Amino acid sequence: MIVLNNVHKSYITGNNSLHVLKGLDLEIGAGEFVSIMGPSGSGKSTLLNILGILDDYDEGTYSLDGKTIKGLNETQAAITRNEMIGFVFQSFNLISFKNAKENVALPLYYQKVSRKKRNLIAMEYLERFGLKEWADHLPGELSGGQKQRVAIARALISKPKVILADEPTGALDTATSFEVMEILKEVNDQGITVIIVTHEHDIAAMTRKIIRLKDGMIEETIINGELKMYREKVRTDKTFNYV
Amino acid sequence: MFNVDIWQEIFSTIKKNKLRTFLTGFSVAWGIFMLMVLLGSGNGLQNGVREEFADNAVNIMWLWTGETSIPYQGLKEGREIKFNNDDYSFLSTKAQDIDQVSSRFYLRGDITYSYGKEYGSFSTSTCHPTLMDMEKIKLTKGRFINDMDMNEFRKVIVIGDDIRKALFKEEDPMGKYIKVGSVPFKVVGVSKDPRSDNNRQAYMPFSTAQRLFNGGDRVHNFTVTTKMVKTSQEAEAIDKEVRQQLAQRHSFDPTDKRAMGSFNMLTEYIRTMKIFQAIKMFVWIIGLGTLIAGIVGVSNIMLILVKERTREIGIRKALGATPGSVIGLVLMESILITTVAGYLGLVMGVGLMEALNFGLEQMVAGGGGDQIFFRNPTVDFVTAVSATAILIFSGALAGYIPARQAAGVKPMEALRDE
Repeated sequence: MIVLNNVHKSYITGNNSLHVLKGLDLEIGAGEFVSIMGPSGSGKSTLLNILGILDDYDEGTYSLDGKTIKGLNETQAAITRNEMIGFVFQSFNLISFKNAKENVALPLYYQKVSRKKRNLIAMEYLERFGLKEWADHLPGELSGGQKQRVAIARALISKPKVILADEPTGALDTATSFEVMEILKEVNDQGITVIIVTHEHDIAAMTRKIIRLKDGMIEETIINGELKMYREKVRTDKTFNYV
Repeated sequence: MFNVDIWQEIFSTIKKNKLRTFLTGFSVAWGIFMLMVLLGSGNGLQNGVREEFADNAVNIMWLWTGETSIPYQGLKEGREIKFNNDDYSFLSTKAQDIDQVSSRFYLRGDITYSYGKEYGSFSTSTCHPTLMDMEKIKLTKGRFINDMDMNEFRKVIVIGDDIRKALFKEEDPMGKYIKVGSVPFKVVGVSKDPRSDNNRQAYMPFSTAQRLFNGGDRVHNFTVTTKMVKTSQEAEAIDKEVRQQLAQRHSFDPTDKRAMGSFNMLTEYIRTMKIFQAIKMFVWIIGLGTLIAGIVGVSNIMLILVKERTREIGIRKALGATPGSVIGLVLMESILITTVAGYLGLVMGVGLMEALNFGLEQMVAGGGGDQIFFRNPTVDFVTAVSATAILIFSGALAGYIPARQAAGVKPMEALRDE
């Protein structure tokens, strides 16, 4: 699904050039449930932006679902994002003056789906996440968990291949965090690739693969069985202080 | 671009910022309001002055004679120059650039008009039928002098309304005979200038007057209309040409203003209208300047709006909004604000000028219209339409820079958690 080959990315601010990604190789298959971890400055946000086609990269190749993503103009990037990728953010990023239903329906608006039809589909998704009664409420009237569920519904409505979640539980309490992770797991069970960026080990532990970044390189990839051990380690070792 | 959604989006942001939208719109409304008031006033002034010219045809020209003041071809100065009936035939048939001609013969001394016991002293204008058209004589009753009157030397007369009041009171003057001096004349018409409170003039056929009052073939002066031209230079050239021709007939220096006097209205008219064209241009410049100030205001507000909505625009872009759709959103909002506000300003401006016009018309209808130099201060349809077009265009202009800015929003920067 996602293949990154020797990807470099630098940010230039004034005379300083900051080399963030230093030849990153990464392969994520269809239907994987992956978390990306790493200390701040390790390049995980940059990686997520490149994966989400919100930013371009300098060197290397990135292919998404067999399609090489390089040097797209803004319109092409917008269309690809709309069709392939669903975003979930830490701060939900719902549009404050639109109600839950309109927020969920927004990606379909950009697909030029008729108003009636997209509101109907949006209601289906809200129902699926138990938010039917809240469809006409503005984001300000919803709890954090509800907001994130609306955001996930919005990310899913365009039937993307990949969900990119940037600290999806960062603004939520533990119970709600687990609830949201449960939803993401269900999404993943339907075959959608889910990639989350997090710094919380217990959240990362709920995914099936953890990619740890350090200084713009992949330091470690933990999968399957190892992950089980990792989970064990998180649970038992109270002094565990990885990052 | 024109669907319910985009309007809903625009209205929801407008609703969120009512005061700001109002203030922004107000600056545009004010701009267009001022433009309309200025243009209307300019038109009013122009119409008022044009009304001053309306007493006569604008291409009217008067010719009269005197004594020569410059020796010419061996002839001494101080010769008296006299027009005659031959000059009339020359002007009306052979002269270049002359359209209509009317001769005038002055009756000597005070002429008393009487009807029954009523009498009074009034002025008499002896003329050809063409004078009615040239001096824009308005009749309230009957007819003007016609060719038949001229040919048959009929003793008919058209009296001014004040003469009618003095001699006839409430009686119908039509067909009655009044005495002019000792000669009875039949009243065939009553004239009244609605813009003047002096209607003490009577008109009689030139031919009759010349014969009855021993005029021989003497003509005291001519009223003519000239070919209509566009520039004052051309009008002056006509004036010169006419002088030249008559100077040749009567052997005087064409530049001798004392030998023959002339006044050419067209030159004045063209000059005055030129001034108004300049005023109009000036008004447009000021009006557009005011409008530009309003538009800069809108642009400014839209820039702030885009800045405030950076995050929202970022979200939209992350969800697949193309730059085009973002530009459309900002541009449409800007156009909507300017168009609605501008239209309100337009309606208010036009409304004010129409109300003013109504008031003026009332004043004119109530008499005293000749004191007003300000008439029909309204803006015509074409101007209103072009102002609307300017508005929509300027709305687009005002929104363009902010829209470009919005389209350039980088989602990853807009969405960065702070």
